[in-house]
Amino acid sequence: MEYVSFTQEDQDEMLRVIGVKDFGDLLSGIPRDLRLREFNIGPGMSEMDLLISLRRIGQRNFHSDRFASFLGAGAYDHYIPPVVGQLSSRSEFLTAYTPYQGEASQGTLQTIYEYQSLMCNLLAMDVSNASVYDGASAAAEAVVLALRHTSRPRVLVPETLHPETIETLKTYAGNLPVEFVLLPQKDGVTDLDILEKQADGRTAAVVLQNPNFMGFLEDVSRASEIARKAGALMIVSVNPLSLGVLEAPGVLGADIAVGDGQPLGNPVSYGGPHFGFFAVKEPLMRRLPGRISGMTVDNKGRRAFVLTLQAREQHIRREKATSNICTNHALSALKALIFLTVIGPHGFKRMAELNVQKSHETLDILKSVPGVKPYSAAPFFNEFTVRIDKDDEKLKRAFFAQKLIGPLHLGRFDERWRGLYLVAVTEQRTTDEMERLARAIRDA
Amino acid sequence: MSEVIFEKKSRNPGEHVSPTDPLFKLSAAIPEKHLRRSPLGIPELSELEVVRHFTRLSQKNFCVDTNFYPLGSCTMKYNPRVNDQVAAWPFYARIHPYQEERHVQGMLQVIHELEEDLCRITGMDAFSLQPAAGAQGEFAGLLIVKAYHDLKGQKRTKVFVPDSAHGTNPASAALCGYEVVQIKTDAAGRVDVADLKTKAKKDTACFMMTNPNTLGLFENNIREITRIVHDAGGLVYYDGANLNALLGISRPGDMDFDIVHVNLHKTFAVPHGSGGPGSGPVGVRAELEKFLPQPRLKRTEEGFVWDYDRPYSIGRLRSFYGNVGAYLRSYCYIRALGSAGLKRVSEFAVLAANYLKARLKNHYEMPHDSHCMHEFVCSARAQKAKGVKALDIAKRLLDEGIHAPTVYFPLIVEEALMVEPTETESKQTLDEFADAMIRIAEQADRDPASVQAAPVSTPVGRIDEVKAARTPNLRWQD
Amino acid sequence: MEPNKLKFAETHEWIAAEGQTARVGVSDHAQREMSDVVFVELPAAGKDVKQKESCMVVESVKAAFDVYAPVSGKITRVNEKLKNEPQLVNQSPYEDGWLFEVELSDPSELGALMDAEAYEKAKTTAH
Repeated sequence: MEYVSFTQEDQDEMLRVIGVKDFGDLLSGIPRDLRLREFNIGPGMSEMDLLISLRRIGQRNFHSDRFASFLGAGAYDHYIPPVVGQLSSRSEFLTAYTPYQGEASQGTLQTIYEYQSLMCNLLAMDVSNASVYDGASAAAEAVVLALRHTSRPRVLVPETLHPETIETLKTYAGNLPVEFVLLPQKDGVTDLDILEKQADGRTAAVVLQNPNFMGFLEDVSRASEIARKAGALMIVSVNPLSLGVLEAPGVLGADIAVGDGQPLGNPVSYGGPHFGFFAVKEPLMRRLPGRISGMTVDNKGRRAFVLTLQAREQHIRREKATSNICTNHALSALKALIFLTVIGPHGFKRMAELNVQKSHETLDILKSVPGVKPYSAAPFFNEFTVRIDKDDEKLKRAFFAQKLIGPLHLGRFDERWRGLYLVAVTEQRTTDEMERLARAIRDA
Repeated sequence: MSEVIFEKKSRNPGEHVSPTDPLFKLSAAIPEKHLRRSPLGIPELSELEVVRHFTRLSQKNFCVDTNFYPLGSCTMKYNPRVNDQVAAWPFYARIHPYQEERHVQGMLQVIHELEEDLCRITGMDAFSLQPAAGAQGEFAGLLIVKAYHDLKGQKRTKVFVPDSAHGTNPASAALCGYEVVQIKTDAAGRVDVADLKTKAKKDTACFMMTNPNTLGLFENNIREITRIVHDAGGLVYYDGANLNALLGISRPGDMDFDIVHVNLHKTFAVPHGSGGPGSGPVGVRAELEKFLPQPRLKRTEEGFVWDYDRPYSIGRLRSFYGNVGAYLRSYCYIRALGSAGLKRVSEFAVLAANYLKARLKNHYEMPHDSHCMHEFVCSARAQKAKGVKALDIAKRLLDEGIHAPTVYFPLIVEEALMVEPTETESKQTLDEFADAMIRIAEQADRDPASVQAAPVSTPVGRIDEVKAARTPNLRWQD
Repeated sequence: MEPNKLKFAETHEWIAAEGQTARVGVSDHAQREMSDVVFVELPAAGKDVKQKESCMVVESVKAAFDVYAPVSGKITRVNEKLKNEPQLVNQSPYEDGWLFEVELSDPSELGALMDAEAYEKAKTTAH
């Protein structure tokens, strides 16, 4: 199946207009020995056969339509109203380029402006960009911003930050003068007394994730207060859905709020694409990485939108840009915007509360299962960590037998966490599924 | 006037989501001090109002599905719908990155085969699909350069880019702590080999370039260029922005490039989505495989698994394994086309660009008269003498129902208009574009003011960018 | 300030020295090249600058321009007005659109700068 349109007649006519005898003449600039002799990607396929083939391959994946998922840790099986996919897959959003030609891109520019506004409201921050790749790279960009803004070298990172985010921070900042200090956790939350000792005049930023990687709620206010006293920037990474019930990071003292937007209307898709959100307080406005849409007027005084503050960006400032980022995950951010406006303020709050209700219900059920111990009494949103004294391999098989995608074994990230499981419970889980989870653990 | 969503209000009690249990009490589960007191700031609208709002907004966009979009360096080809359907199937859209590998073997097979396809297409030995976009692919590539020299105990500080390079190249180099050095372009529009020779030294870490270059010209001295850099001990990096010209025709690996990134959203038909998500896989020669981002997909007797035990890896660039939705689309695209279809992509892309160049050469200055590859750059310098700039021509094209070419890039061509028609357009569409460009050139000569006044048929006219930047309004406030 | 009483750097900054201190701005030619200035990233007072090194940035819609210190010294004052009225750089490059004041650490550096006439000749070829 090909997607080209020139007939043989077209080709002959085009070569005539160009003034060459045959197509090969157009490639005469490529040295002979660089011309490819053998190209073996296989034969093409009809569209019909393609779908048959991809369905056959796909059937080897066990997905959450058939298996109830208790797996989260940064990507969650949330409800997505069908209208989100239908509106966002309209040609005009799907197949447009970055809105550099403002007059021909008012639709995209306005949706970005609305997205920025909505994220500012949810996060209680002043300025948001148009989105970045994902939550981990957003956190990394935030750290780079803090290092450049403060000209200080130390970054305090809690071990309750998602391990993959920690790895990403190290990759991004690896070639800048930086010194990472890992803050230990106590009972599932960051030990703020140690933070207080570590935060000093050389500290560029304090990073905190809330709810944290183990699912528990951190004391963001106190951590922000400590950062502020040290003259460091406070970077808070949040689960955006939790903001339906939890206080906004801007209110709690964040200078930069970031996170992964997947819970807002984006499918899990084996980890991507999602999008990262990135918002700051006013004084950091001109340090934002990535694209920003602004409201202005056209030559007749009519309301118009345009990409603005572009002098920060790579295509203008090249090696002096705030970041090398060029893309934003516009389509994924658009899904979030449509998701939020479709379910509305009441639906959003309801969904967040339902996550709290069902995760707590699940913990109650699991507590009665022999071998299960809560890891901490700290409050949580829709995920929590428990210790399960069972063989991991047996547990995995029992989850599968109950048609479940089971909780995450944290031992995969850290030897010290062997036997700890992170259980995610979204609004989609039923009491029956929770009981199957309990049964699986009992059976293992 | 275009109302923003916050100016609308109707009824939405939140019934997309089931209610909580009447006995559930939030403050019993989470202490008050954590609970939200600040307003959510989400507007309340009925579903119809939401649908109408976004449908109307969408109608204010140009896009490939509605308009010819000859945006140079962006490869705005047709994006087959069947690929979107596959990516949305629950087998792929509803699997979790931390599921056991044995339960997602189908997904891993797609990733593995796409890595292999990209190796065959580019002539590299190994690929990692992890980078989320071209700029992240570049960043990965430069971290590999750094890791390579570090392991050899060499301190090399300079990254070369041609003066025609894309802005992400120097920005990525700076993020890796490198000093950026520009290499001149010669009169024929190619890398100035003499300039490169004087600059390539013991401190050369890498030369980042595209081929064809951003002028749409094949770097015919490429073998000599890669040799000069290699002789100085540096590596050569291929920015795959222009790979659409070379499928089945020539491979960066055979040109002795060491590191490559490709843009699945350009060459391999992933829709641009108004600015993303894309995907920027990075490929390397065998010697550099150990530096690729982690985790790496590994084939074992029990099937595919993720390998995290990679001591030389540059590390992780993002969470999970990358933009899998893009992999699926590109995988479908490559399977559907096969070798012959992919080769025809590049042949037709080159044919289309040369045809348009031939049709326009008597009306616009062509700074380089040799045959181009998949795109070409012309200059509106002659029109500027009459007061009509490249930007005016771009805006005037919008009134013709055609998206503007890339303007003012590359920076080395005055009043540049960069045209990339792609292989998927019909000859009829190309002719309509050429006719419109010729009409505009005549109009610029006869009545420059009418070109300067464009666009008049778009939802808004010329936008006041100075006001936008001097008094930034970046969010709605009641 | 009369342009003919100023000294100029080849990177288009002007400087008006009086004893140990001097006021710095960009030339009329430079502001034209920049087009509409939308933001001026002022240096912090107290910052040490070195001759010929970038010490601040002026942004227009489409570009960012480094401003190079015409002399070495310590910044004593910046033009706060530019925070809200960056357009002063365009409207009044030699008066209200000045950028900062600097305490000279080596007044002999002034000798290397051009007078208005020499700058007038050089500006078209300078970068």
